[in-house]
Formats: sequence, structure tokens, C-alpha cells
Amino acid sequence: MLSIFASRKARRFVAQAAFLAVIVLVIGGAVYQARQNIAAQGMTSGFEFLTRATGFDIGFKLIDYTPYSSYGRLIVVGLLNTLFLGILGIILANVVGLIIAILRTARNETLNILGTVYIEIFRNIPMILQAVFWYALLTQLPPPKQALQGFGLFLSSRGLYLPGLNVTGGSAAVFFLCLFVALIALTIFATSRRFSRVPAARRGLIRWAIAAIGCGLGAVALYLGRIPDTSLLSLPELRGFNIRDGIRVSPEFVALLVAMAIYGGAYIAEIIRAGFLSVGKGQVEAAQSLGLTPWQVFSRVRLPLAFRAVLPTLINQYVWLFKATTLGIAVGYTDFFAVISVSINQAGQTLELIGILMLGFLVINNSIAFVLNRVNKAIALKGNQLRS
Amino acid sequence: MTSLSTPLPFDPSRKPSLRKRFFSRPMDTVISLIGLSIAAWVLWHLLTWAVLNAVWTSPDGTSDVCRDIKGACWAVINTRWRLILFGLFPYEEQWRSTLACLAIVIVAILSCVPKFWTAPRLGLLWIAGFATFYTLMAGGVFGLKATAPSDWGGLTLTVFIYAAGMLIGMPTAIALALMRRSDLPLIAKTTGLFIDTIRSLPLITILFTAALVFPLALPQMLIGDKIWRVIIGFALFFAAYEAENIRSGIQALPAGQEEAARALGLTYWQRTTRVILPQAFRNALPPTINQFVISFKETSLIVIIGFFEVMASGKAAYGSGDWAFAWVEVYVFVAMIYFVFVFSLSRYGAYLERRLRVGKH
Repeated sequence: MLSIFASRKARRFVAQAAFLAVIVLVIGGAVYQARQNIAAQGMTSGFEFLTRATGFDIGFKLIDYTPYSSYGRLIVVGLLNTLFLGILGIILANVVGLIIAILRTARNETLNILGTVYIEIFRNIPMILQAVFWYALLTQLPPPKQALQGFGLFLSSRGLYLPGLNVTGGSAAVFFLCLFVALIALTIFATSRRFSRVPAARRGLIRWAIAAIGCGLGAVALYLGRIPDTSLLSLPELRGFNIRDGIRVSPEFVALLVAMAIYGGAYIAEIIRAGFLSVGKGQVEAAQSLGLTPWQVFSRVRLPLAFRAVLPTLINQYVWLFKATTLGIAVGYTDFFAVISVSINQAGQTLELIGILMLGFLVINNSIAFVLNRVNKAIALKGNQLRS
Repeated sequence: MTSLSTPLPFDPSRKPSLRKRFFSRPMDTVISLIGLSIAAWVLWHLLTWAVLNAVWTSPDGTSDVCRDIKGACWAVINTRWRLILFGLFPYEEQWRSTLACLAIVIVAILSCVPKFWTAPRLGLLWIAGFATFYTLMAGGVFGLKATAPSDWGGLTLTVFIYAAGMLIGMPTAIALALMRRSDLPLIAKTTGLFIDTIRSLPLITILFTAALVFPLALPQMLIGDKIWRVIIGFALFFAAYEAENIRSGIQALPAGQEEAARALGLTYWQRTTRVILPQAFRNALPPTINQFVISFKETSLIVIIGFFEVMASGKAAYGSGDWAFAWVEVYVFVAMIYFVFVFSLSRYGAYLERRLRVGKH
């Protein structure tokens, strides 16, 4: 009987079969137990609750949502909020990170020290603490009547007021879609091999044409979607005890955005700095000896080379930052996780909702990684360009 | 006769003069002056707020001393620091909390000493430290009054969750890394899927699942206390990231190491524990320290699932009406606690990295 263990092949088979059996047992046992517990607590399972009305309102929403809307719609609202915050936060964190990285690699030592101090302060304090701090700060601001103002902006305890346009939400969405499609088209044009034979003189023209078409279509969409009998531009102004018109951005959103930009920026700065340091001295010297101006050396040689060198690390950081949007629940921003958490309290369908939550994050994070990894592969440095 | 003290033509260890570093060109001078004046302005305001105009103590324990002052009201820390550090732990037992935290800190410092860098020594050190911590906190033996983990709070709770999470997470990480590298395809693929799934989920969803979903899917006897489920969730999350660090440390080894060990007739366990892992850990040390740093900051997330850790107790310290205006001081204090821990750990990591690089030249 024991002689079958003498064969290596048999041993491998038995080990894997045992492993599989343990996994099946654990999962099967958990499912069985969960069904029993759910039945014992008199709960129903299934996804019918998604069509039920929620009966509560939420603070921040990009699309229409009322207490009569369904749980399904609530989850979509949360997803959109997370995507909105995540994309804006990552963009802002990149801007902050690039500035700090430039400070840290500058030739001037004062700038280096300032950059280092920034990084050491903000990277060593948990992001949730920073978000809660900014939120407390924003809600302690003066009321609308004494709001801080400048450049057409109002900052008060009720949030940040920006100038906006009097257009319908749908046309604004079409506008951003046009810009997005134009951006994608530009990326494809720049990276795809199919267009690499287009002569250089015409390339610039085509690029401008794509940008102009995108912006033009977007502008048309905005014009068609304007709300009748109002001026196109909507500026916030103080009327009575409140600020009217313009776009109100809630303090929760601003606090999270600031925290993401500052905390994420500190991490991204270190990554980009490593990229700058990896650009060989010879590359910069060659560019200088060709007579490029300092700005050209930076924007045409150092930045693209640095960016390509660290893109894989940056992708991980973006995925991490995207996951950090779940901190919304700490300040009351209705992101995807907060929405699921509220729904679990209200509807009680714990397992189904947790499943939706995990699936959502798996899909989003893996698509970010997938798309950016494709971009990385397309623009990665070929050969030994990075050597000095 | 030539002097022996002729300076070397170029000495990389000598820093250039102050003038060269800050004021080498006119443009540099301008930028330096602007930067320095901004820094001086910020520092001066910080100094007047935090030190010169600050109120440090409150003789009667109320917030009256801080009415109409321009500086910081550190009196709130002076009256409420016990709440922030120990949470709602019984007042007369708080010396136990102090000793327990001290035990963990001492163990952490000791494990920075190279003499302890073998698996049995590190393991024993941490298990001893953790046992001391737990005995002191939980009580019930040696005449100590028993206190349930649900009464723990403040910094002590943060330290507890962190230490327990790392202690469970590290062996799990090694196991996951080895399983992912297993030559049995089923085991390697399943582990890979598990690690990648956990890595693409936010920590808070895993903690939330551990707190809410596990009780549904576990038989009664395995449910245990909420705090332990959360610690296991935390440890799993750490292990998924750390396993990838260890795995990349293993992959960085030349194939000859494993082949040579095989040729000597070592068994799998001998190869792994004597040849592969010691070298892999050396490679994986910088990202591992980084992971420790990140994990310490991430313990703050447990506030969301309702634990009274240092941030929540900070909120409670200013939240009760009387001190509501002093939220900045409390947050600065809590931030400084985190800063001290995280900064010293990351400096140590940077020192180690430099030390390791010396051997490579």
C-alpha cells in the first residue's frame, strides 16, 4: 500500500489532491455554514434587493439619486463617486509628486531640503489621519457669510464653490467623453505602429486636428445642453446667508482630494525622483551639446526617460491610491465602500453586498493595471537607451 | 621637501562649501533666498503658535485657560493624554499598559541588533515580547486583574494589533511565498490567485469582511473575538504583500545556489532554510522594512470598523464639548506619535540599505 509513495509522480499527485480536498472542504464548509446561519437568522438571500427602494438620501452624487431610488442605483452612484475621486486624486497626486521630485533633484540645495522636509512630514503620517484633519479644518471654516474668497472661488464651512456652466449633467458628461476619446485617439496615434510611417510634418497637423475635433464636439455638446433662460457661465455669489450658483464641492470630497494629493504626491515624488536619477548623465550632456534649452532638455529628454523608467512602479502606486479612496467612509464621503457598508446595515444582505464590493474592486484595479501595463509595454525603452 | 598633508585632488567624502551649495550662481542665490525666507516665515509662525504663545497646563483641568489665546492649547494633551495613550483601560491599571508597550518597543529595538538575526532567535524574542505584552494587558494571572481585549484602547491597541498582525503575518508570508514557488502547479496557481486577489482589494474591505462576514461563514466555535478576526485579516493582507517581497528576493538569487545545494544532496527543507531563505531575506530586506512601515500606518484603518485605537481616542479626547476647539493640538499630537514610530523605522531601513550595499562593492 505504502509503496505508491515511492514514485515521485504519485507523491506529487497525492499532495495536490490533498491540497485540493482541503480547499474544497474549507470553502464547502463555509458555504454550508453561511447558508445555515442565514436560514437561522431568517434572512433571505439573492439579489432581488437591488431593485428595492433604499429610503435614505446620500450627500455626494454625480447622477440623480433620491430616497426612492433602488439599491442598484445607489451602488452605481457609489462606484461613480469612487471613480471620480480616484481619477482626480491620482492626477493631482501626480502633479504634486512631479513638483516635489523636481525640487528634490534640483541643483539648488535649498529646494532639495524643502522637498525632503515635505516628504518626510507627509509620508510618515497615516493618510486617514490627514484626511480627517483636512476635513476638520474645512468644517471649521467660517460660515458662507464670511467665506474666504478670491479668483471667483468661495471657501466656507459648507464647502468649496467653483465657477461653473449652466448646462445639463448629460451634456457635461458628453463633453468629458469627447475629451477622453480625443485623448485616447492621440495616445493610439502616438504609440501604434500603424501610424509610424506618417511623415513628421503631417503628424503635427493630424495631432492638432484630433485635438480640435475633440474640443469642438465637446463645445457643441455643452452649447446644445445649456439650461434655457440662464447665462452660460454660472459664478458663485453671496446672496443672503448662503452662496448661490456655481458648483458646490462638499468638504468631504475636498478633504479626501487634498489628502490623496498630498500623501500620494509624497510617494509619487520619491518614485519620479528615482526615475530622474536613473537618467544617465550622458543623455543630458548629449542633449545640452545639441544646443537644447534647459526646458527642452527637461521636457524632451529627462522627463520622458524618467517616466518610462519608473512607469511599472507608478502603476502599483496608482492602484494603491485608487484603493485609498475607501477612506471616504472616515469623513462621510459616499464612495463605493461607504455605500456598500450603509447598504449592509440597511438591507442586511451581507454576503451579496461584500461579493459586489470585492468584484468591483477586482475589476477596477485589474483594469487599471491592465491598461497601464499595455501603455508601459508600448512606450517602454527598447534596447539599452537608459545606460549613460 | 613635500608636505604629507597635501589635499587630495578630489575627495568625494568632503562636502562642497556652503557658498557653492547654496549660492553658486546669481539665480541660485535668488532661489535660495526665496526658499529660505519662506521656510523662515513658516518656522517662525509655527514656533510662535506651538511654543511662544502656547498654554501648557490647565491647573483646574478645564479648558478655561485656553480662552482667548493665540497659540496652541497643549493643556488638552496634558489633561487627556491618558485617554489618547490607553483608551478606556482602567485608570489604576494603566501602568500595565505602559509596561506592555515598553516591552514591545524594547523587543523591536532588540530585533534591530544583528546578533538576533537568526530565525529561532528573532522568533523567540518576538514570541516572548508578545507573551509579556498579552499577559500584562489581559491579566488574570499573577494577581493581575483580568481585562478583556474589548476594554483596550488608544496607542496600546494600535501596538497590539500591529505586533500580533506582524507575528502572524511573517510566517504566513514565508509559507505563501514558498507555496507560490512550489513546482506542484495546482498549489502554485491557487496560492498565486489568492495573493493577487488580496493584493487588489483595499485593506479596509478585508478588515470589514473579517469583522462581518467571517462570523456568518464560520462554525460557532471558530468565530472567536472580533479583535482576533480583524488581526487575522490584517495579518493576511500583510502576508500577501510580504510574500511577494520574499518571492522577488528568492528570484533574485542565482540559479546556481539552488542547484549547488541540490548537488550536495540537501533535502527540500535543508535547501530552503539553510541556503535559499537566508539569502532571499537579505535581498528582500529593504522592501520588507518598507512593508513594516506601511503596515504600521495602516493599523489606523481599524478605527473604521469601530475599534478605539489611537486616532479614535484622540477624537474622543477633544470631542466632548469642553475641548472641542483644541482639535488641531490633538491631531498634531497623534500625528507626532505616528511620526516618531514610522520615521525611526524608515530611517533604520535606510541605514540597513546602505549597510547592505557596502558588501556588494
